[in-house]
Amino acid sequence: MSLDAAPGIVAITLVTVATLVIGTWGLRFSRTTSDFFVASRTVHPRLNASAIGGEYLSAASFLGVAGLVLLNGADMLWYPVGWTAGYLVLLVLVAAPLRRSGAYTLPDFAEARLGSRGVRSACSVLVVAIGWLYLLPQFQGAGLTLRSAVGAPTWVGPVIVGVVVLANVTSGGMRSITFVQAFQYWLKLTALLVPAAVLLVVWAGDSSPRPSGAGDWSVPLASGGGSGLYVTYSLIIATFLGTMGLPHVVVRFYTNPDGRAARRTTLVVLVLLGLFYLLPPVYGALGRVYAPELAATGRSDALVLELPRIMVDGLLGEVLTGMVTAGAFAAFLSTSSGLSIAVAGVLSQDVTGRAWWGRRLGGVSAFRVAAVVAVTVPCIVALLVPNLGVARAVGLAFAMAAATFCPLLLLGIWWRRLTSYGAVAGLAIGGLSSAVAIAWTVRTPAPSGWVDALMGQPAAWTVPLALLTMVVVSLGTRARVPDHADRFLVRLHTPETVDLDRG
Amino acid sequence: MTEPGQHPAEPPERVRVTGPPSRRAATARTSDIDAGTRLGGVYMRSLLREQLRLALGVLAVMALTIGLLPLAFYLAPELSEVRLLGVPLGWLLLGVVVYPALVALGWGYVRRAERNERDFAEIVSEQDA
Repeated sequence: MSLDAAPGIVAITLVTVATLVIGTWGLRFSRTTSDFFVASRTVHPRLNASAIGGEYLSAASFLGVAGLVLLNGADMLWYPVGWTAGYLVLLVLVAAPLRRSGAYTLPDFAEARLGSRGVRSACSVLVVAIGWLYLLPQFQGAGLTLRSAVGAPTWVGPVIVGVVVLANVTSGGMRSITFVQAFQYWLKLTALLVPAAVLLVVWAGDSSPRPSGAGDWSVPLASGGGSGLYVTYSLIIATFLGTMGLPHVVVRFYTNPDGRAARRTTLVVLVLLGLFYLLPPVYGALGRVYAPELAATGRSDALVLELPRIMVDGLLGEVLTGMVTAGAFAAFLSTSSGLSIAVAGVLSQDVTGRAWWGRRLGGVSAFRVAAVVAVTVPCIVALLVPNLGVARAVGLAFAMAAATFCPLLLLGIWWRRLTSYGAVAGLAIGGLSSAVAIAWTVRTPAPSGWVDALMGQPAAWTVPLALLTMVVVSLGTRARVPDHADRFLVRLHTPETVDLDRG
Repeated sequence: MTEPGQHPAEPPERVRVTGPPSRRAATARTSDIDAGTRLGGVYMRSLLREQLRLALGVLAVMALTIGLLPLAFYLAPELSEVRLLGVPLGWLLLGVVVYPALVALGWGYVRRAERNERDFAEIVSEQDA
């Protein structure tokens, strides 16, 4: 290990220690199963919004966007735009009713709304599938970051992230994670903002050179004419609609005190995300000027980590490198924690919390066992399978969430006549078509032409297909509309201040 | 963000989140909704329709502004040559302008949604004269 590694090692150690300390501190407030799952639903909008921001801004946001912009140009700006706009869609269609449903997790919501164990099981399988699909690139990205920052073997990153996440999740559950995530949002913002400011000063002092080969690079549209237009719109649909279906995003809404707070939290999240996403494109553009060789050698994902050292010499460069490394590591930790909580929450209710061989685990121990499973499985898979690319794998998770949970939530909240048969049929069609598209994409290393475009960005056809299936099958099974559908919609949409029978 | 008067200071937390208070002074109209009468259904449908119309309105504004950008750049490729303040138009719109626009849309939505709910609460809580 060389002297180059010093800032990276210091940064990663500090972030890890801070995370564990805050997590342990949060433990003092965690007493009940309700604390574990939803922090007893008493988190203030501002703290909750920081926590959502901290959890949501993953490696794909911190490292992936800048790298993609360096590589492909302005059309990649649709990723951060979509990840933010997804919260606006969630705000206007889902936020308050979801909180008012009073359920712990997505499967809880589905079961309460449709009164069916079958829908619950289908949702549980999908939560675990989407959660693991999203966790995989986080672990793999951690491996790449540690290799690039300190020269460690690629297995070190996933193992460290896995162990720290497990320590936090199993000790304090949702309550302590809320403090950790809120801290990590501000850490990530600072870690990207301060180096960006210094680099812009350096760039201005350098008489502001323009990026080379501007032409195609500043067109906010994927290349390839008509199929490029399709890819861009399909990406927009996946990100705008997929956000509401991500398990770790949805579980956060149950921690709000009421529906009104859920809306206000979402609004603050929009502000926090907008603030953060101003920064990655700055790195992308500066990288185009100062580090075009990273794109040429296929190391564009490391742009954020390497740019400070390329542009600034001496101690300052080392300190800035330490900052961005700390931010990147915080990104892996916070997103992995949130996803692990969501997956563990579902596993503990539907698998480890059940009676096995005549024995039944209590709430908290069932949650701990579930957390071990939720973290270990993707961690092992991350070590075994080759890297898909952070943004690509995350994009597929979004597409799958958009084609499954998005139609379920939309129709469940706004349409009285949804039936359990319709829901299961739609979830199956959306989930299977997304799975086929994912398998196709994984087996196609060099996509070209229309079929690869349709499979690489499937949301534009899978989402309408799933939605249509749910509607048609529901209309065909009219008799199965649950008796309590009207009562449930009353509960979802009426403000808590009105004194009503909420079932 | 919390106005005094709407959230009582230090509410007994578990009571607030597990359901409506047990002391029920059901008015004529809330009992209509509880009993699922035709009148109650009218109140509920009007709230649902207002909120859905508001949500779809916000989404339509987003679709007709941000959503049309790819098509605009596809149909008029010369747009990407336009520079404002030295920054290419595509970069300026997608890298900066979108975010305050999304926040403004969200802010407008929250205000109107809360107003709809206040109106609904007033209507159903009024005693019939």
